[in-house]
Amino acid sequence: MSQKKPEKLIDENDIRLDGRKFNEMRPTKIEVGILANADGSAYIEQGKNKILAAVYGPRETHPKHLALPDRALLRSRYHMAPFSVQERKSPAPSRRELELSKVIRESLEPSIFTEYYPRTSIDLFIEVLQADGGTRCAGITVASVALADAGIPMRDLISACAAGKVEGRLVLDLTDVEDKAGEADMPLAYQPSANAITLLQMDGMLTGEEFEQAVNLAMEGCKQVSQIQKDALRAKYTVAKEGEGEKEETEEGEEE
Amino acid sequence: MPVFYERRQLVTPGDLLAENDYVPGENTHKENGKIYATRVGLVNYEDKRVYVVALKSFYEPLIGDTVIGKVVEVTLGGWVTDIRAPYLAMLRASDALERPFKPQKDDLPSLFDVGDLLIAKIVAYDRTRDPLLTVLERGMGKITRGQIMEITPAKIPRVIGKQGSMVTMIKQETGCQITIGQNGRILISGKSPEDERLAVMAIRKIEQEAHTTGLTDRVTEMLKKEKGNKEVKENVTEETGKTD
Repeated sequence: MSQKKPEKLIDENDIRLDGRKFNEMRPTKIEVGILANADGSAYIEQGKNKILAAVYGPRETHPKHLALPDRALLRSRYHMAPFSVQERKSPAPSRRELELSKVIRESLEPSIFTEYYPRTSIDLFIEVLQADGGTRCAGITVASVALADAGIPMRDLISACAAGKVEGRLVLDLTDVEDKAGEADMPLAYQPSANAITLLQMDGMLTGEEFEQAVNLAMEGCKQVSQIQKDALRAKYTVAKEGEGEKEETEEGEEE
Repeated sequence: MPVFYERRQLVTPGDLLAENDYVPGENTHKENGKIYATRVGLVNYEDKRVYVVALKSFYEPLIGDTVIGKVVEVTLGGWVTDIRAPYLAMLRASDALERPFKPQKDDLPSLFDVGDLLIAKIVAYDRTRDPLLTVLERGMGKITRGQIMEITPAKIPRVIGKQGSMVTMIKQETGCQITIGQNGRILISGKSPEDERLAVMAIRKIEQEAHTTGLTDRVTEMLKKEKGNKEVKENVTEETGKTD
């Protein structure tokens, strides 16, 4: 992670600095339920990004005056650890972190049935342990899995992925260097079942045509992310089953 | 009217479960004629109804449920208790005394104080108001002995078993008294800590293996074996005691 801009971000064979093709995502791994004291939790590693998410609730809102009469209040905190970047970052929430907390909250809220639990609050904490570009997308992805792990009813898992323009080429899932040296970066969050976009930001310059291509590219990336999320959630329970050696059916009508 | 999963298959939120003619059941929702899962769980199709048995959930209060709550606050007219639900539950003084409540005479903290555990029943609850409890029934009120364990409320039906078969079996095998709160708290009180330990072990086993069949038999077997071991150990100590 050198801070100097390398001479070439994409070589003559269309291979990027870390060996990826233009439409290839960084290797991504998600683990579910790793915090014992949270109601739901998840951990993601996407390339060099390492992010933890914890969910508490739905629970009584404190302070009480913030409670909403018709739905649950979703509160989120995106925070970068002081050691997560090259130069030490002050642990106090910065302007940027506040903004990201807001956009992450707003990209996740449409998927949650907040109206089922009026007057309560759902608290979401996203802690970036190591950052290498695209942490808001990875944050949304991992937070959505943590919400599902907490047993909060949701319309769908939200997956997020960025697309952008580097040295005149449209590329998927930009790293920190590509983001800083490239021409444009466009994070996008996507709700697959409804085919809806819940977050779309962009900085830099793209032509109308490029923009459309970038949106499609990012959406393709989101679909890959979505599969990883589902596999991660399933893995949590299949491991437990295999450990038992007898995985089959629960008896019918075991209710009281 | 296609169906997209086999019965008892693991699904995650957003998975498309069925289309058109089906009716959405628990942990599902219908949008534009399509039924999606809303929680991680096992899908089931029953006639026209599609539902998901959640694998992890928090407690949602239901009128008539027996719960184990913890007093968090004593107010002028009653108590506020934590029942592991999204809402705190209220226990009014008139639902704890068998006579009208007189604020001048009755001392509420001496009845139940902060930190006390209560067995109570939910008498009223809807989404506009917090749940309301009563302790005016047999076997309810303050817990004075035994130990409490917590499991996820989704697994409670499994601990109870068909017509209570599982819990009756554990009671018989361990000789413990077991009170199950629908909110995932279980009270176990036995003659000795050893009996209680056995019961806790059995319930932990049920929680871990809730999705498997023939569980009652395996738990019975485990309890019998554990008891056997214990008796052997006792005999050994007795014998060594004699020789010494």
